[in-house]
Amino acid sequence: MRDVAILSFAQTPMKRRENTRSEVDMVMSVVHEAVAASGLPRREIGFTCSGSSDYIAGQAFAFVAAVDALGAWPPISESHLEMDGAWALYEAWIKIQTGVCDSALCFGFGRASMGTLPETLTLQLEPYTLAPLGIDAIGMAALQARAWLEATGRSPRELAEVAVRSRRDAMQNPCAQLRGDFEPEKLLAEPTLASPLRKHDCPPVSDGAAAVVIAAEEVARRAGPRPVWIRGIDHRIEPHHPGVRDLAGSPSTALAARKAGVDPERIDVAELHAPFTHQELILRDALRLGPRVRINPSGGALAANPMMVAGLVRIGEAAEQVRSGQARRALAHATQGHCLQQNLVCWLEGE
Amino acid sequence: MSDGEPVKSIVTPTHLVYEYTATGAHAEFLHQIGQGRLVGQRCSECGKVYCPPSGACARCGVATSQWVDVADRGTVTTFCIVRVPSENIEQKLPYCAANILLDGSDLVFIALLQECEVADVRIGMRVEAVWRPRSEWSPTFENIRYFRPSGEPDVPIERLGAWV
Repeated sequence: MRDVAILSFAQTPMKRRENTRSEVDMVMSVVHEAVAASGLPRREIGFTCSGSSDYIAGQAFAFVAAVDALGAWPPISESHLEMDGAWALYEAWIKIQTGVCDSALCFGFGRASMGTLPETLTLQLEPYTLAPLGIDAIGMAALQARAWLEATGRSPRELAEVAVRSRRDAMQNPCAQLRGDFEPEKLLAEPTLASPLRKHDCPPVSDGAAAVVIAAEEVARRAGPRPVWIRGIDHRIEPHHPGVRDLAGSPSTALAARKAGVDPERIDVAELHAPFTHQELILRDALRLGPRVRINPSGGALAANPMMVAGLVRIGEAAEQVRSGQARRALAHATQGHCLQQNLVCWLEGE
Repeated sequence: MSDGEPVKSIVTPTHLVYEYTATGAHAEFLHQIGQGRLVGQRCSECGKVYCPPSGACARCGVATSQWVDVADRGTVTTFCIVRVPSENIEQKLPYCAANILLDGSDLVFIALLQECEVADVRIGMRVEAVWRPRSEWSPTFENIRYFRPSGEPDVPIERLGAWV
């Protein structure tokens, strides 16, 4: 295995509705910033991989337009996934392992504000018997939250506490969208949106983009002073049909963490891609993260949830925790699909 | 298992509503076309002009900000004769969709070509925009109904360089 490091990370401020900048503008700003901070000349970066979804943009081949931001002439080696940018980073990591490139630019972007996101996400469901029922993403998450509450005997108050902590931490994050000081009692007095979930349990709809540059050891060492090493990375998926899954747990996260070699005792900070409050608690259990581990100092997906971006942002935020010296080792997690169907886990370490 | 007829297909209607917000260079381009003007952006590094502009030079990967006027006439660089009916096609078949390189621009785009027999369409043919009446203008590319032959002499194919 080749050692691979994260060299740089850039993200846009996340907004409920990006009304002045196009996807190309957003991608260009994070790509320029991440490449400049990587210490690598743009032309030396051997591979470019992105994550986005045409369903979010509402246009076929919308992802091709983003290539305008890259300066892809002479032609570059490039790939795209209809997935969160975290999986673009995984593909790039694999590509570096194969030896065909030594560095890669990974990015994700999305302007979910243009559509009706909870309904767009319904189309991820099995199209014959499930999607026609019209259950949206919040309804699906509510089924999972109910399953978790019943399986664990824990209370909605714990969910509210996750929301309060996330949005309080987000006050320190200039890119966060939803931040503030809330009281659990007041949140719990609000009506439910889809029982047992209240508004505070759900993520905001966000527009934004993020980019990360990674490189193999020999390139990383000459590029910059503080590489953050990806010590392990893996992703696992559960069955598509939610009816055959145990929604109260996340076995795919647990398996990915094991395959990535995560030792929860050695992790200081974890950035978990948990769009809904109960999902953070499910993930903590699956990853066996104790009370010592600081969760989502960025505010997490409850503070900003740009589709196809929020997972990559978790990796970038975790890397910044290590780079800044606030953590020796950080875990990052990304998710796709309904109710944490697919999960990516990686852990990072400084020198 | 049931003895009934096998289910060969089902219909599951899907409907999503999007509210597109024009941003950046797109917004300005649409604003200008709403006034009857075609504009593009010139790259400060390589000098190429993009119409419609994306706000970036796809070759150089840098933001473009210099606005230039682009003519509403140009040259056919390639074309396609459509003979296959489809639900979302309103045109009478057969019709011609042509790649048009506007004078003053370095980016071809696809447009409808009318007022000529499809058999007469050729690479290098000079064409001009046919606009809707001014009273119907709004910020949309549909202000141009279609392109038609302008009657100017053809551009020799060798002068179209990399476009053909």
